[in-house]
Amino acid sequence: MRNVFAVARKDVLIEWRARLLLVRVLPFALLVLVLFAVALDSEALLTRAAAGLVWLAAMFATLLVVQRCFDIETADGALDMLLTSVVEPSRVFFGKVLAVAAQLLVLVVVLLGGAVVLYGVRIDAAGLVLLVTTVVTAVIGLASVGTLYGAVVAQLTGRDSLLPLLAMPVLAPLLIGASRATESAFGSQTIDLATGWAWTSLLAVFGVVFAAAGAASFATLTEPDA
Amino acid sequence: MSESMPARGASTLNLRGTSTPATRIIGVLALAVMTWVVVSAFFFTAPDVVQGDSVRIMYAHVPAAWVAYLAFVTTAIASGFSLVRRHRTLGFDRVAGASAEVGVLFMGLALVTGSLWGRLTWGTFWQWDPRLTTTLFLFITYVGYLAVRRIDASPERRAKRSAVLALLAVLEIPLVHFSVVLWRSLHQEASVLNPDGDVRLDGLMLFTLFSGVVAFTLAFVWLVIHRQRLQTLVDLQGTVGLDSALAARATEAVLR
Amino acid sequence: MIHLRDAVVAPAGFPALAGATLDVGAGELVALRGANGAGKTTLLRLCAGLAPLARGAASVLGVDLAGNRATVRRSVGFVGHRNGLYGELTARENIAFVATLVGATHDEVEVVLDGFGLAGRLADTRASALSAGQRRRTALASLAIRRARLWLLDEPHAALDVDSRQQLDRVFREATASGVTVVYTTHERYTDSQQMPRTITLDAGRVVHDHA
Repeated sequence: MRNVFAVARKDVLIEWRARLLLVRVLPFALLVLVLFAVALDSEALLTRAAAGLVWLAAMFATLLVVQRCFDIETADGALDMLLTSVVEPSRVFFGKVLAVAAQLLVLVVVLLGGAVVLYGVRIDAAGLVLLVTTVVTAVIGLASVGTLYGAVVAQLTGRDSLLPLLAMPVLAPLLIGASRATESAFGSQTIDLATGWAWTSLLAVFGVVFAAAGAASFATLTEPDA
Repeated sequence: MSESMPARGASTLNLRGTSTPATRIIGVLALAVMTWVVVSAFFFTAPDVVQGDSVRIMYAHVPAAWVAYLAFVTTAIASGFSLVRRHRTLGFDRVAGASAEVGVLFMGLALVTGSLWGRLTWGTFWQWDPRLTTTLFLFITYVGYLAVRRIDASPERRAKRSAVLALLAVLEIPLVHFSVVLWRSLHQEASVLNPDGDVRLDGLMLFTLFSGVVAFTLAFVWLVIHRQRLQTLVDLQGTVGLDSALAARATEAVLR
Repeated sequence: MIHLRDAVVAPAGFPALAGATLDVGAGELVALRGANGAGKTTLLRLCAGLAPLARGAASVLGVDLAGNRATVRRSVGFVGHRNGLYGELTARENIAFVATLVGATHDEVEVVLDGFGLAGRLADTRASALSAGQRRRTALASLAIRRARLWLLDEPHAALDVDSRQQLDRVFREATASGVTVVYTTHERYTDSQQMPRTITLDAGRVVHDHA
């Protein structure tokens, strides 16, 4: 358990020093929100679609965060050394998921702020608890799937184009669930809070399933055999 | 170590082709049943009361969808074995890969026929119903799986990586299906727009449909066996027997 | 420590190591030489538990490599062409990270930093700002903090200037004096025969010379 936090802390420390989240990923995510507005050209539509757009932008940004998460390891061969000497692969996986989730949390909060400002979304007290729960469970799911598939393609040539192809179909249920739950939290007419909570529980199941799957397969995916 | 020895069963392949008596029988059977299905579908069965002749697409669509999911299950099971077993790992991996390739073909066929059927019956090329949507996700997932398979140089690495992917797909697909079902239920569609939901099947139609499933399954098996054998030959090309490789290496000595 | 008998390593069919036989005892300093492609790196990776054994027998630190080679990795340190460092972390932080994973203390980290000439300003410099020689020593310091009993190093002297090389050699001698076994590959020539360690030469995947 201590090793999980050590890995997570190391990743967050590196990110803090490099500031890539702040300087590149957040601006990109906000840019995506702006581009949606330009493409859709209808404020009413934007407000209605806000929940889905926020999570879509979050998904794209997740790919960037995950790629960076593995780039720091492959730049100097650090992951190889780590995994083949001192620490169990599943601990490394959980540590990385924690670090990615922390960054995604910041990202999603900023995106929600962007939705309030750019899309005219209003968040009232009734939906706040649901919103917070949705964000936390969805972020864990995003981080687990992202880290897992990031490990699948790490060190492969052309991995930058592979990661989206592999990860995004898997994230579709998460996108559906997070968008519907967030819509409900924003006070939508068609989805009541009870349904919103149902979606959130689906998100929780999704997160647990892929966190477990990731921990189980990380060792196989990173096993050296040459 | 079995990994570096020639694949078992390689000796049964005559180098002019990948056929054996068994596959010839399967192939002939597949062809025969398929012919019956085509003839029956077009000439013997009656058009539907509501849909008219467009119902005949069902005889291609339903079996194709069935084989698509059969391929998915085959790849998953073969991948599971390839990860767990220490010997014959590569054999199972080849079956998994072959099944995925053939499966993608049938998934594409199911999607295209489903789309056409919808167009003819309801006027739109696509419905976001759970079955079609899940099949679409299955298709995309397997395209990604095949893309990953193409990269790895060594068969062992390829086997491990794609086996994990295939098993993850087993987790993913039910989740996708379930969430799409929930998602569409929000839209209170009066009838799920499945063309085959309203078709009334009489005895001959049912039998033709069933024969279609049999024919497509036989074709699937035939294709997978051949594809898997082809892959065995390809993999063999990359590895000479270890003994000859050792002898060749000895002649590379630079220092005397 | 290391016992190989006709060891064959053939990832993807090609026998990079084609029947190597050698014995290395504890506390020895061994230089592996040979042309490119002779199998030096593969030999190191086999002993590190990274490459699978195809034929023959191999045991490292009492662990049979034909069985579970993963268990030998904890006690063996392998440093390849790259150093395995995190550029944004300082030398001290890099070593402290490894220390946390193995349960070594803060004081041990300082001792190791000192022993590898990385104390003072260098300890707080980011790894990306260190020189090649300093990065190499940081990588080796990680092996030391892990208390690895066998060091397997692939061309540790490459891209280092003369002073750095001599520093590295000094580090090796100190390590072996304290009981660590060090095996490294090199293309170096030793002018001073008194300095020359036991040298094993590989050719076409086999051991052809072995003299102290």
